[in-house]
Amino acid sequence: MIEAQHLTKRYGEKTAVDDLSFTVRPGIVTGFLGPNGSGKSTTMRMIMGLDHPTGGQVTVNGRPYHDLRWPLREVGALLEAKAIHPGRPAWAHLWMLAQTNDIPRSRVDEVIAMVGLEPATRQRAGKFSLGMGQRLGIAAALLGDPGVLIFDEPANGLDPDGIRWVRLLLRRLASAGRTVFVSSHLMSEMALTADEVIIIGRGRFLAQQTIAEITAQSTARFVRVRSPQLELVRSALDSRGADTTLEEDGSLSVRGIDEAAIGEIAARQGLVLHELAPQTASLEEVFMELTNNELEYSGNTGTEGKQP
Amino acid sequence: MTTYAPSLPAGRVSLKGLLRSEWTKLRTVRSTMWTLGATVLIGVAASAIAMALTRAHWTTESAAARAAFDPVEVSLVGAYLGGALLLGVLGILVISGEYATGTIRATLAAEPRRPMVLAAKVLVFGAVSLIIAEVTSFASFLLGQAFLTSPARHATLSSPGALRAVAGTGLFLCVVGLLALGIAAVVRHTAGAIGAYVFVMLVLPVIVSGLPSSLGNQIARFLPLSIGGVMADDSVPHAFGPWSEFAFLCGYAVLALALGAVLLVRRDA
Repeated sequence: MIEAQHLTKRYGEKTAVDDLSFTVRPGIVTGFLGPNGSGKSTTMRMIMGLDHPTGGQVTVNGRPYHDLRWPLREVGALLEAKAIHPGRPAWAHLWMLAQTNDIPRSRVDEVIAMVGLEPATRQRAGKFSLGMGQRLGIAAALLGDPGVLIFDEPANGLDPDGIRWVRLLLRRLASAGRTVFVSSHLMSEMALTADEVIIIGRGRFLAQQTIAEITAQSTARFVRVRSPQLELVRSALDSRGADTTLEEDGSLSVRGIDEAAIGEIAARQGLVLHELAPQTASLEEVFMELTNNELEYSGNTGTEGKQP
Repeated sequence: MTTYAPSLPAGRVSLKGLLRSEWTKLRTVRSTMWTLGATVLIGVAASAIAMALTRAHWTTESAAARAAFDPVEVSLVGAYLGGALLLGVLGILVISGEYATGTIRATLAAEPRRPMVLAAKVLVFGAVSLIIAEVTSFASFLLGQAFLTSPARHATLSSPGALRAVAGTGLFLCVVGLLALGIAAVVRHTAGAIGAYVFVMLVLPVIVSGLPSSLGNQIARFLPLSIGGVMADDSVPHAFGPWSEFAFLCGYAVLALALGAVLLVRRDA
């Protein structure tokens, strides 16, 4: 369980994280979604006690990170790719971390096997590809077999196989009752990985919703209608209060009324339809809409009553 | 739904675990072994070469030059200059290397009580550098003296002040290494920390030597490098005596480390 309350981080004039409150629950994968530079990494560093909040607080399992007795056995984190001394072999990087928290050497070998780095155990980290570095970082996060896992953009630098592997790993960790908090700037990736997402923009909280809720929002934005009797169809729909727009390609975009109603209206008036197609916005578009609203709002700061 | 709760051992992260971790960090990076090896080699080689040449030219030197020759000090010059540079750089890398690579965030996530982390680094690096510095110092002295065959004048460890000079040079090197580590904790960047350290160790003495000698001598005795010189040769004029000067040096290291600890706690990692 991770709980943030009014978490704020300012660097001089710039506010990176602004009054952020949220709860990350165990047993599910919680995505942390926002455009690049929206404060995701800063928030994660504050959870880990690496950056000091300017205001508010954040706790892990009910305690500030600083008060954890065995930090690596309670929280595992992958915060940045290749944050590893290039001259140190992979096993030594894990072993020196394990030693701090009295984690046995056998566990180092276990996590190396879990991430598939056995052939590279003795290789110096400087020779690693971005993907291998990412796997080593994930191994470090798993080292203490912790109940809370924090991953900052874990798919970065991984090939499609690797991305799939990370997705399955995160889901398996969550289904075993762990708290899994994973950031991304890609809605499409989160839709496949997460059960729930926390969306932020410009450091501000925008939404915390399940993927199912977001999918519901993204359906049936408008209906595309084609007809040889388009003008008659349009006036029939307009008279029923629908909002119609004639598109350049000769189709009619209809909002405010669903495809079943449109079909019935047309049938009752004996009008021919060649196409009756509900158009869904992609998850990415929903995400863009949410974050763009935030950008607009940010451009208008100082104006009262503009809050979305 | 069941929540996974790891079974945690009693107690909490201890200094012992941090010391083992710091030792692993130090020994698993190649640059450490190269730097430590070079420290010993430069000290010993400089002493051997200087003494072999001294012996070869002994009979052609003036009586005054022969009388001024200090076999203890000359055998330690390479150890204390080379060691001050190399162990200083290694001390800096113990901290700045973690910032440069990002390892510092893994380190501080493993133990968020930052002063404990710094203490572990000081203890491990201090112990390693003390051993290497003493080995360098004693080896340089003993090998150098072996080259000074009759009629050249040589010293033994039982010569007046010799043991203090040799052991003291080792202590000096260990403490300047810790001073460098403290500077790195304040500055964090490798290049910046090495620059600051070289300025204090090598540039300041040159600036001070350009001052009027009455003033320069007053200031010089407080400079770390001069303190090293006094450890090796206590006949230096205007000095306070080796152990008083050594106490100053320890004070500088403690100040740098204390400031580093305060900043380490206050700043974002």
